[in-house]
Amino acid sequence: MITADPKGVLTGAHFIDGDQACTEGCLAAGARFAAGYPITPSTEVVERFARRIPTVGGRFIQMEDELASSIAILGAVWGGAKAFTVTSGPGFSLMMEHLGLAVMTETPCVIVNVQRGGPSTGLPTLPGQADMMQARWGSHGDYEIIALSPQSPQECFDLSITAFNLSEQFRVPVLFMMDEVVGHMTEKVIIPPAEEIEIYPRRLTVKPPEEYLPYAVDGDLVPEMVHAGMGYRFHITGLTHDERGYPAMNPEAQDKLIRRLKDKILENADRIITLEEEGLDSADVVVVSYGITARVAQRAIELARAKGLKVGKLRLVTVWPFPEQKIRDLAGRVRAFVVPELNLGQIVREVERCAAGQARVISVPHAGGSVHRPEQILERIEEAAK
Amino acid sequence: MATTTCEIAPANPVEQFLRTDRIPHIWCPGCGIGTSVNCFTRALIELDADLDKIAVVSGIGCSGRVAGYLKLDSFHTTHGRAIPFATGLKLARPELTVVVYSGDGDLFAIGGNHFIHAARRNIDLKVICINNFIYGMTGGQVAPTTPVSAIATTTPFGSFEPPFNLPQLAEAAGATFVARWTTYHVRQLTRTIKEMLKRKGFSFIEVLSPCPTLFQRRNKQGDGLAAMKMYKQLSKTRNGAPTAETAIEQGKPIIVGKFVDIERPSYLGSMEQMLSSRLGDRYVHVENLEWH
Ligand SMILES: Cc1ncc(C[n+]2csc(CCOP(=O)(O)OP(=O)(O)O)c2C)c(N)n1
Ligand code: SF4
Repeated sequence: MITADPKGVLTGAHFIDGDQACTEGCLAAGARFAAGYPITPSTEVVERFARRIPTVGGRFIQMEDELASSIAILGAVWGGAKAFTVTSGPGFSLMMEHLGLAVMTETPCVIVNVQRGGPSTGLPTLPGQADMMQARWGSHGDYEIIALSPQSPQECFDLSITAFNLSEQFRVPVLFMMDEVVGHMTEKVIIPPAEEIEIYPRRLTVKPPEEYLPYAVDGDLVPEMVHAGMGYRFHITGLTHDERGYPAMNPEAQDKLIRRLKDKILENADRIITLEEEGLDSADVVVVSYGITARVAQRAIELARAKGLKVGKLRLVTVWPFPEQKIRDLAGRVRAFVVPELNLGQIVREVERCAAGQARVISVPHAGGSVHRPEQILERIEEAAK
Repeated sequence: MATTTCEIAPANPVEQFLRTDRIPHIWCPGCGIGTSVNCFTRALIELDADLDKIAVVSGIGCSGRVAGYLKLDSFHTTHGRAIPFATGLKLARPELTVVVYSGDGDLFAIGGNHFIHAARRNIDLKVICINNFIYGMTGGQVAPTTPVSAIATTTPFGSFEPPFNLPQLAEAAGATFVARWTTYHVRQLTRTIKEMLKRKGFSFIEVLSPCPTLFQRRNKQGDGLAAMKMYKQLSKTRNGAPTAETAIEQGKPIIVGKFVDIERPSYLGSMEQMLSSRLGDRYVHVENLEWH
């Protein structure tokens, strides 16, 4: 780890919304290039970046669509920059092909999705959390991904740094799954001094060009990177490739590559996953939630406890990879899981899969457009505790 | 000591630019893509270019495979999106000469929007488009360049869509350098590529190239050699021709040459100028965005 470049760090206490805090997090993480295409409720992120970056040292470009912005950042990364793009629902759909390209070429980058109601144009100005499965499976093919879900402007700052760090450490695109409420809510955000911010540096090789193979790994499952212009004359492709980065059109090469791409995430799941846990040891019922819904659930949990119920809280700061082991362990000793989310049942399927019949799993669906009322969640907690 | 063939036959001068460990390549006999690569590499030799500072970006297609055979920093991206990838690469690392090498379907059907916007912005990219009038990689479907009445697998009775006139499109969108040659014109093409690599600004060379396997054969135009004869016979060099007059119609003369060569403020130059004039000392200029 190294410390942050002070040029991008706006140290101090700020009263800003989640979108703007996200921009500051990306700048603090060292992002010096962003490409975007305007879409509510995410646009403020790039608007602030466009305003800030000329005085930090970097570039922003508004591209012609999200296909373009999501691949422009990949070009920038191979040119040496840390880069990100920002969007919401319809734009996220357009970015899926390049999410796959980033996974396949192991290009570290961050894609921010400030979720709104969908499908299609849906509810441009209102919240949703219905892109969670798209985040997991949206691009074609088999892969693993990392996705984080902040619940406050402060976390929009803190976790966007984490997102960049994870993307550099594992050379994988990291999805930053905000939602409209978190994006537009204004709260106090503390930005620490640069020397207190830890940054995972790019895994650049020290090998000379004649010894370097772009996709060779030893021990660690993550290969070392080079940038264009460094004299390595390397090749990268979205085709299945061998260690040299050359296309390899056969099942053996496919098996080797795809398994490694999955394993580098799955075998490190413990290092990647962050959870907020509270009251789990004595819980009969565990509320599993993420993003803005976790804050509504917090109120429901307090109301339930006031009624004498033993309720635990499990907040998924990291949604993907899914904390399978945690749910399995809990399923053996709690009565039920209650899963509120701003969709009609996405992450609840994962909880069901991992609980494997060992505990009841109760969904608290909401089609989006607003957040739950705490009472809606409370009702289901009470039902679960019966 | 026995004399080996290597000592007798001089090494092919373009070999140093190729990933020889990837040969044999996928291109068919008589295909024009390899010829264009030869011209490109010869241009690099003649320019004595710094090969560490040239990056090649391709989309998807037979032409899109060029990046994979060139021993340069080379990127094989997604279908239609070579230009926005190249845009990001150039903006992050302006020191690079960024060449986009791809097919007509890739650059002008699925990627058409990116092409016009990069040209409008005048991003300093050098675009080489292999126009074989067809989708090669996927087996010979109609392309935005297929001439009216030509047979493709998805226009089995003849195409009735009007094709693009690519030089006109490029000029209208804002390209500062526009040329067209065929793979018969190897010397002219090499010279024009050299010229393009030396200059700044969004530049475009259309290379008419035979696809004997899918276009020539289905349209009874013979093999690669027959295509060369046809190019020789039909081509008329008209440097500076108005691009409105460069449309291609089957059996009609093919206008080749350099049509446009102008200067316009570049995207990066304009960005610098605007930001430094508005922000003064607060503007922080960084050339390459590389971080360590
Ligand atoms: C998103 C997407 N759609 C379709 C394809 C299939 N595809 C591959 S190459 C190609 C056409 C290539 O035509 P062109 O650019 O003219 O290149 P050529 O093969 O003729 O050199 C298509 C449609 C793809 N790879 N990706
Ligand atoms: S199919 Fe056509 S374009 Fe593709 S390699 Fe063969 S001849 Fe060339």
